[in-house]
Amino acid sequence: MTRLIIALAALLLFCAQAMAQDTTVQSVLQAHRETIEKGSRKSISAAIDAIAASGLPQAQEVLQVWAAKEMWQRAADGLFFRGTEKPARQVELFDFDTGQSLGTASRDRLEQIKPNSGVRAMIGTALVQFQLSDPDPNRRAESLDAIQRSPGAELLAPLRASVRTETEPALKARKMRVERLLTIAFDPDESSRIAAIDEMSGDLGVDMRATLNPLLVTRIALAEGLPATANIRREVEPGDPVLGVAAAYDMLIAAGQAQPIPDAEVRKALLISNMVDGQVAGVPVHRLDTQEARDAVYVQLAQAGLVPRWSSAEAPEVVVTRHRFVEVYSEPSAAVTEAAEQALTAIEMRVGLNQAIDLGLDALSLASIYFLAAIGLAITFGVMGVINMAHGEFIMMGAYTGYMVQQVIADHTLSILVAIPLAFAVTFAAGVAMERLVIRHLYNRPLETLLATFGISIALQQLAKNIFGTQARPLTAPGWLDGAWVLNDVVSISYIRVAIFVLALIFLGLFLFIMRRTRLGLETRAVTQNPRMAASMGINPDRINMLTFGLGSGIAGIAGVAIGLFAKVTSELGSDYIVQSFMTVVVGGVGNIWGTLAGAAMIGTLQKGIEWFNPSNTLAAQTYMIIFIIIFIQFRSRGIIALKGRAAGD
Amino acid sequence: MRNSFVARHPSVLAFLALLALFTLGVSVLSEGFGIGLISTSFVKTLGKTLCLCLIAVAMDLIWGYCGILSLGHFAFFGLGGYMIGMWLMYERTRLIVEGSLAQGALPPTEQEIVDAIGTQIFGVVGSSDFPLVWAFADSLVLQLAMVVLVPGLLALVFGWLAFRSRVTGVYLSILTQAMTLALALYLFQNDSGLRGNNGLSGLQNLPGVEAPQSVVSLWFFWASALALGLGYLLAAWIVSGKFGSVIRGIRDNEARVRFLGYSVEIYKLAVFTLTACIAGIAGALYYPQAGIVNPAEIAPIASIYLAVWVAIGGRGRLYGAVIGAAFVSLVSSWFTGGQIPDLVLGPLEVKWVDWWTIVLGLSFVLVTLFAPSGIGGLFDLWQGRRPPDRHGADLGPDAGALREQEATE
Repeated sequence: MTRLIIALAALLLFCAQAMAQDTTVQSVLQAHRETIEKGSRKSISAAIDAIAASGLPQAQEVLQVWAAKEMWQRAADGLFFRGTEKPARQVELFDFDTGQSLGTASRDRLEQIKPNSGVRAMIGTALVQFQLSDPDPNRRAESLDAIQRSPGAELLAPLRASVRTETEPALKARKMRVERLLTIAFDPDESSRIAAIDEMSGDLGVDMRATLNPLLVTRIALAEGLPATANIRREVEPGDPVLGVAAAYDMLIAAGQAQPIPDAEVRKALLISNMVDGQVAGVPVHRLDTQEARDAVYVQLAQAGLVPRWSSAEAPEVVVTRHRFVEVYSEPSAAVTEAAEQALTAIEMRVGLNQAIDLGLDALSLASIYFLAAIGLAITFGVMGVINMAHGEFIMMGAYTGYMVQQVIADHTLSILVAIPLAFAVTFAAGVAMERLVIRHLYNRPLETLLATFGISIALQQLAKNIFGTQARPLTAPGWLDGAWVLNDVVSISYIRVAIFVLALIFLGLFLFIMRRTRLGLETRAVTQNPRMAASMGINPDRINMLTFGLGSGIAGIAGVAIGLFAKVTSELGSDYIVQSFMTVVVGGVGNIWGTLAGAAMIGTLQKGIEWFNPSNTLAAQTYMIIFIIIFIQFRSRGIIALKGRAAGD
Repeated sequence: MRNSFVARHPSVLAFLALLALFTLGVSVLSEGFGIGLISTSFVKTLGKTLCLCLIAVAMDLIWGYCGILSLGHFAFFGLGGYMIGMWLMYERTRLIVEGSLAQGALPPTEQEIVDAIGTQIFGVVGSSDFPLVWAFADSLVLQLAMVVLVPGLLALVFGWLAFRSRVTGVYLSILTQAMTLALALYLFQNDSGLRGNNGLSGLQNLPGVEAPQSVVSLWFFWASALALGLGYLLAAWIVSGKFGSVIRGIRDNEARVRFLGYSVEIYKLAVFTLTACIAGIAGALYYPQAGIVNPAEIAPIASIYLAVWVAIGGRGRLYGAVIGAAFVSLVSSWFTGGQIPDLVLGPLEVKWVDWWTIVLGLSFVLVTLFAPSGIGGLFDLWQGRRPPDRHGADLGPDAGALREQEATE
C-alpha cells in the first residue's frame, strides 16, 4: 500500500515537473511531425537533434523506440505513441511522457513509423550520448565499441562530456583513449589535434594506426592545377614506384596538357586499316615485319594526314618530364600531417621492435616443434647411430593413435591424457618389433639400415593411406588450449604453441634424466661406446639396443600427438618432418642432446627469419634454409656441438 | 685393347647383344614399323624403362662401385628433362604462335612473336615475361648442351662442397636428399620461372615433325636403347680399369685409399658429376616420352625408389642395376595399372593398386636382409661363384670394409 502511494506521489511529482517545463516529448515530436512522417534522411536530423537536445528524461527512450520501429502514430490526431503489437491486429499503446498504457487500438487506425537504415544510424549516433552515461557499464562499453566502429565528429562533444562523469576506472581510461583518437581525427582546433598526436605517439594499438593512417592519405596530382594552400608532401618524378610514366601521361591527358598518343597496338590497327592492295603507303605488307619499318610507314601516313600524328620524339617518357608532379595530402593542415608522420614513424619503430619479439616467439615455437620431432631421432640416430627413415612414420602413428582415441573418448582433455601414453605404447612396440626384426641384422651397415627402414617407411605410409584414406583427420585440442596469449596488438602466441614449448622442455628434461640418472641410460651409453666391453661387464647389448630404440620411437609417437594438435593428421605427416628432423640432429651435432636443441633453435630461427624477408613464400624459405644448411655443414661438418675425442667414435 | 676389354668382360657383350635383340624385336612387333603387336603406349613404356635402366646404371656406378648412396640423382634426371622440355615447349609454341599470327593482316615482328610465346607458356602462372633461365630456349644445340651441363654443374658444385668437407656415409645421403628437396620446393614456386607445379607439358610432340606418335615413339625407343648401350659401355669401361679399382677402393675403405696417396675427393667428384650427366641425358630422353615433367618428379621419394631398383637388381654389378630397374618399374606399372584382379582373403579385399607399395616396401626390406646381392646374385649361383665361407668374419679390420659376399669380384 505504502509503495503504491509513493509511486503515485512520484508520478504526480513527475507530471508536475513536466508541466512546469511546459514541454513534453509529445510536443517536441509534434513540432517535427512532418519530417518524422516523411522519414527522409536529409531532413530528419533536425527532429533527432530536437529530441536529443530537449533535455527530457524520456528522450533516450523515444529515440530507442523510434529506432526499434516501435513508434506508432494515431491517424485520428497525429499523436505518437510507443506501441507493442498484440494478437488480432491490435496494438497496445503507451504514452511517452507518462509511460502509462492507453489501452489497445486496431492497427487499421494506426501508422507504424519505420525509419530506414540511414535514419536508424543517425538515431544511433544521437543515442550514443545517452548510452555513454548509461547506468549499466556494459552499455557504456558497447557505446564505446560503436564509436570506434564508426567514429564521427559529432560524437566528440558527448564523449568529452561523459568522461568527466565516468566512475569506472577501466572505462574512464578507455573513454579518454577514444577521446584522444577522436580529437586527432575530428577536432576542429589544429593545436589540440597536434597535442593529442604527440600524446599518443608510440602507442601500439591498431586503432591508433587506423586513426593516423587516414590523416596521411595522399594522392598524386599535377602541380600546376593545385591551389597554393595545398599540403604537399613531396615532388614525384614520373617513373617513381608510385607514379608510372603511363599514369603520369594519363593525368596530363586528363588535365588537357597532352594529346592521347596511339600505342603500338593502335598504330598497327591504323596501318591495317590503311592497307591498299597489299601495300601500306606504297610499302609491301610483307616488309612490315619489324617495328622500325612499321614506324617509318606510320610517319609517312601521318604526314599525309591519314592517321593521328605520332613521332618517336614525343614519347610519353619525354613529355612527362616537362611537367611537375607532386604528392598531396588530403588533410589540409601541414602541421597535423607532420606531427602524424612523426608519430607514425615512432609507432612503426616500436611495432618493428615488437614484431621482432613476435618473430622470436614464432621461431621459438617452430624450434620446439622441430626439437620435439627430432628428439626421438636424437636417441635412435644420435646415441645409437641407427638411421631410421621410418621415424616420421612413427610420428604419424602417434598422431593417428591420438585421432583413434578421440573417436572413443569424446572429452578432449581426457582423450589427450589417454592418447599420450597410448601413443608411446604403440610406437614403442612398433620400434621394438622393427629393431628385433630388421635393424638388429644391419648394425654396422648404416646405408643398408637407411634403405631397409625406408622400405618400412613407404609400407607404413601406404598402410595408413589404405586404412584412414587420403583426407586429413582432425585431432582436436582441448578447449583450454584454444585462444592465444596476447601481450599487445602485435605480440601474441597461441596457447597450443606454448604447450608444445613446455612439452619440448619436459622431453629435454626426461631425456637428460634417462641418459644421465638411470641404469638404462648408463647401459645405453656403455653399449654405444663399446658393445663388447659392455657385454663383458654383464650388460646384454641386444636388450639395451631394443629398449633404447623403443624409447626413441615411443617419444616420436608422443611428438606425433603434439604435432597432430596443430597440423592435420595425414599419412604424409611424418615425411613432412623427416628431412627437417635429420637436419636438426646433423646440424646440431650427432650424439649430443644440447646439439639437437641448438640445431632446432637454429633451423627454427632461420626459417622464420627467411620467411620474414619474404612472408608470402614458405616454399622459398625452406629452399633457402636447406641451401644454408648445406653451406653450414661446410664449416662445421660435425654440427654445432661436436663430440670430441673417443666419444666421437670414428 | 678393345679385344681384351671385351674378352675380360663377356657380360658386356652379352648385354649389348641382348639389348640389340630386344630393340629389334620391339621394332618388328611395333605399330610404327612392324606388325603392330605392341601398342604405341607400351613402346613408350618400354622406352621409358630403358631410360630408367640408364639412370640405374649411373646410380650403380655411384653407389654400387663408389659407395656413395646418392639420394639426389633423380633431381639430375628431372633437370635433364626440364632442359630439353624448355626447348620442346618453346619451339612448339613458337610454331603454333607463328601460324596464328601469320593469319593477321601484318606479318608479326620478332617482339610480337616472343611476347605471344611468353603469354602462351607463362599465362598459367600469371606471367608473360621470359625468365632468365629461358635465355637459350630457342636454340636446340644450346639446350641439348644444357641437358648435360646443368646437372653436371650442379653436381660439381654440390659434390665439391660436400666431399671437401668430408661428409660421408649416411650424412651424405641425407644431404643429397636435402638438396633434392630444396630443388623440388624451389621448382614448385610459380616464380621459379619453370611454371611452378604445372611443370612443362606437351613434350611428346616434336616440333616440326609430322610423323605419327607410333613412329616418334619408336625413334625415342631407339635413342633410349642407344643411350643405354653407350652408357653401359662407358660405365663398364670405367669400372674395369685402374679408375674402377680406385673407386672400389674408396667404397671399401676410404681412409686407406687416401693414405695410399690418391685424391679421394677428385675421384668421388668425377664419378658424382659423370653420373649426374648420365642421369641428365636419361631424363632428357625419358620426359619427351612421358609428355610432362613437373617438380613432383624430383621429390626425394623418386631418388629413393632409384636406390630400391638398384638394390633389388643387385648393386656392384652393372647388369644388376639394369635388371632391377627394368623388373621393378615394369612390375610396378603392371600392379598399379589396375590390370591384376583383386585378391580376396575372407573379409579383407586386397586391391593391388593400394597394396602394391606395401609389398614393394616389404620386399625391399627382405632383399636388404636376406639377399644383399639382389637378383643379380642369381647369376653368381648359375656360374657357381660362391663367396668363401669365412664364418661371418670381415675381410678387413674395419666394419665398413669389403664384406665377404663381395670377395669374389
